[in-house]
Amino acid sequence: MDILRFATAGSVDDGKSTLIGRLLFDSKAIFEDQLEAVERTSRDRGTEYTDLSLLTDGLRAEREQGITIDVAYRYFATPRRKFIIADTPGHIQYTRNMVTGASTADLAIILIDARKGVLEQSRRHAFLTTLLRVPHLVLAVNKMDLVDYSEARFEEIREEFTAFASKLNASDLTFIPISALHGDNVVSRSENMPWYEGTSLLHHLEHVHIASDRNLVDVRFPVQYVIRPHNATNQSLHDYRGYAGQVAGGVLKPGDEVMHLPSGLTTRIRSIDTFDGALDEAFPPMSVTLRLEDDIDISRGDMICRPHNQPQVAQEIDAMVAWMTDGVRLQSRSKLVLKHSTRTARTVVRDLQYRLDVNTLHRDESATSLGLNEIGRVTLRTTQPLFVDDYARNRQTGGFILIDEATNSTVGAGMIVDAH
Amino acid sequence: MLQRDYTTSQLDVLEAEAIHVMREVAAEFERPCLLFSGGKDSIVMLRVAEKAFWPAPIPFPLMHVDTGHNFPEVIDFRDRRVAELNARLVVASVQASIDAGRVMEETGRRASRNRLQTTTLLDAIEEHEYDAVFGGARRDEEKARAKERVFSFRDDFGQWDPKNQRPELWNLYNTRIRKGEHIRVFPLSNWTELDIWHYIQREGIEIPSIYFAHTRKVFERDGMLLADAEVVQRGEDEPIFEAVVRYRTVGDMTCTGAVASTATTVEQIIDEVAATRITERGATRADDRASEAAMEDRKKEGYF
Repeated sequence: MDILRFATAGSVDDGKSTLIGRLLFDSKAIFEDQLEAVERTSRDRGTEYTDLSLLTDGLRAEREQGITIDVAYRYFATPRRKFIIADTPGHIQYTRNMVTGASTADLAIILIDARKGVLEQSRRHAFLTTLLRVPHLVLAVNKMDLVDYSEARFEEIREEFTAFASKLNASDLTFIPISALHGDNVVSRSENMPWYEGTSLLHHLEHVHIASDRNLVDVRFPVQYVIRPHNATNQSLHDYRGYAGQVAGGVLKPGDEVMHLPSGLTTRIRSIDTFDGALDEAFPPMSVTLRLEDDIDISRGDMICRPHNQPQVAQEIDAMVAWMTDGVRLQSRSKLVLKHSTRTARTVVRDLQYRLDVNTLHRDESATSLGLNEIGRVTLRTTQPLFVDDYARNRQTGGFILIDEATNSTVGAGMIVDAH
Repeated sequence: MLQRDYTTSQLDVLEAEAIHVMREVAAEFERPCLLFSGGKDSIVMLRVAEKAFWPAPIPFPLMHVDTGHNFPEVIDFRDRRVAELNARLVVASVQASIDAGRVMEETGRRASRNRLQTTTLLDAIEEHEYDAVFGGARRDEEKARAKERVFSFRDDFGQWDPKNQRPELWNLYNTRIRKGEHIRVFPLSNWTELDIWHYIQREGIEIPSIYFAHTRKVFERDGMLLADAEVVQRGEDEPIFEAVVRYRTVGDMTCTGAVASTATTVEQIIDEVAATRITERGATRADDRASEAAMEDRKKEGYF
C-alpha cells in the first residue's frame, strides 16, 4: 500500500467540504461519534440534511462563520492506498493556503459547480495547481443532480476547461461528473449518468500512477545532519562519520561515484546506512545516512550529486514567488532569509520582473511590489551559493521559502525557473 | 521492503518523513526535548528518534509531565524504556506545581489534573529553556489538530494561535524563533491510529500491558469504563464490577476510559481498531467531551 497526497480546491459553495465528507463517509473513515456530533449540529442549525462540511471545518471560527480558513489535513485508506487530503479554501484571499496544500500534492481536485461552469476561481485554481507542478489534475464537475445529469452540460464544461488548460501546460487531466451530496460517481459509478464511461472519483484516486512522478534520474542528496557518535567505549564507532538526509532525487547505490558541492571533490559511496541495516539502494523519499570512501569536509547545507549530473551552483535566481503576508510587501531591495533544501542564506530582491494576475494570467510589468496572495516573477541574489534545479525538474531542489527577519514569519514561497 | 518500480510502502514514507523532521530539529535548534509519556504514540516517536540518529544516541532528553494519576504499568514501562536507551528523562510533576501554588487542584467527582498539566509543561519548558518540544500528536485524532502545522509556533506564553500559523510548504520548515518562544514539533502528524498499530507490529515494539485485554475492576460513567483506583473519585451510585478490558489511549486514570475487549496481541488489536466505528478519543477521553472545541481551547493555552 502506498500513499497518495491530494489537494482539493474549491469554495464551500462548490461542495468541496461535502465531497470530502462523502469520501470519508463512504470509505468508512468517519466514525459514529463524529457523525453524531455533525448530525446534532446540523439539527441545531435547522439544516435538512446532515451537513458533511462540518466534519472538516475544525476551528471554532470556521464553524461560526461557515467558512474554511486554513489548510486541514484528512486521512482515509482503502485496501489499495492511504490517502492524505490537504483541504484548502478556495477564495482568492486564501491563495497562500492553496499554494501550501498543493506543494506536497500528487494530485489536485478542482471542483466546478455544473450550473455555474468554469468561473474565474476555477481558472485560478488550475493555474496555481500548474504553478506548483501538481502532476495530476481532476476536474470534478459537481452538482450534476441540479442540471438533470446532463451530458451536454458536462461536455460544454469539459471543452471550455480544456481550451483554457492548453494555455497552462497542465498536467494529466481527468474530468469526472459527480454529485457530492448524493454520492454519484464519488465511490461507485452512478446509475444516473449511464453516458459517462469513466471511473468513479475514488477509483481514479486509487489507481492513478504516481510512482514515476518523482525524479529518479538526477541524484540529489542535500546533507541534513552529520552523525558522529563519538563513542568512547565502542571502537568501531569511534571514527564513524555519516551524512544523514532525505534523498531528493535519483537512485544512490554503494560504490557509485559521487560529487560533493560546494567543494567539487569526488568520492564513492561506501555504504548506505539505516538503523535496520545497510541498503543496496536509496531513492526519494527515503531518509538514510551515507558513508563515503574519502574523508571530505562535509557539513549541513552541502549537496551530494553525480559528477556528470550536477545542480546549478547559483547566487542569482529567477523564481515565481507567491507572497503570503499582509505585513510587508515584496519589492526591489527587500532583504529576506531564504531556506532551500537544507541550506539557509540571506537574500536581496534585485528585481520584480512582473506581477501575474492569477485570474487572467496577464503580466503586469509596471508593478513595483507584491502584496498578500499575489504572485510574480522575481530575481534574487543570495549571500552564498545554493545548489538548485528548475522547479519543473525537481520540486525538492527547485522550491524555497522566504522568511522575514523582523517577524520570523514565513512570507513567501518560491519556485525556481532559472538560475546562474 | 522495496520493489523494483521504486514504490514505497506507506509506513516507510511516514517513517522517512518523521526522521527528516527529527534531524531538522536536531540540526537547527539548541535545546530540543521529546515528550515521552509511555503511550503508544510517544513510544513510536521514540523509536523513530532512535532510527534518525543511529548509530549515535538520541541527541536530546526526554520529558514526561507526570500528573501523579498515571497507570503504574505505564510508569514502569517508561522507566524501563529510558534505562534501555540510556536516555536522560526529565520528569515535570503536576503535584509539585500544586504544592508550589502554581495551580489549584480541582475538586469533586470529575476532578482531573488534565488541564493542570499545561502549566506544569510550560513551566518546565521555561525552566529548562527548551526551544523545540517533540509531541506525538496526530492530525487524525481531533479536528483542531487537523489544522496544526508539523512545526507549530508558540509565543512566549506558550500559546497557539490557530488563525496565525506559518505556512508550511514542501518539506521546508521555518525554525526561527526569539528567546522565550518555542516550537512544538509533531513528527507523526500524518500517521493515523492504524498506522501506529501497523508500525508497532512491523517493528515488534514493546508497549505497556494495559493496551492488551486484562481483567480489571471498573465502574461506568458517561458510557465509559473508568478504573477503580485511589485517585479516581467515585460516587455511591457508581458500582464497581469486574470486566475484561483494554485501553485504546493512555492518559490519566481519572479521565481515560477502557474499552471492553479480548484482544491480547497486536494483530488482534489491529483487527479491532480496523473494525471500530468510534474514534479513539471519543471512546476513551472524558477530557475531549467537554465541548465541540475542547481541544482547540486547551491547545491555545499551550496544551500538548
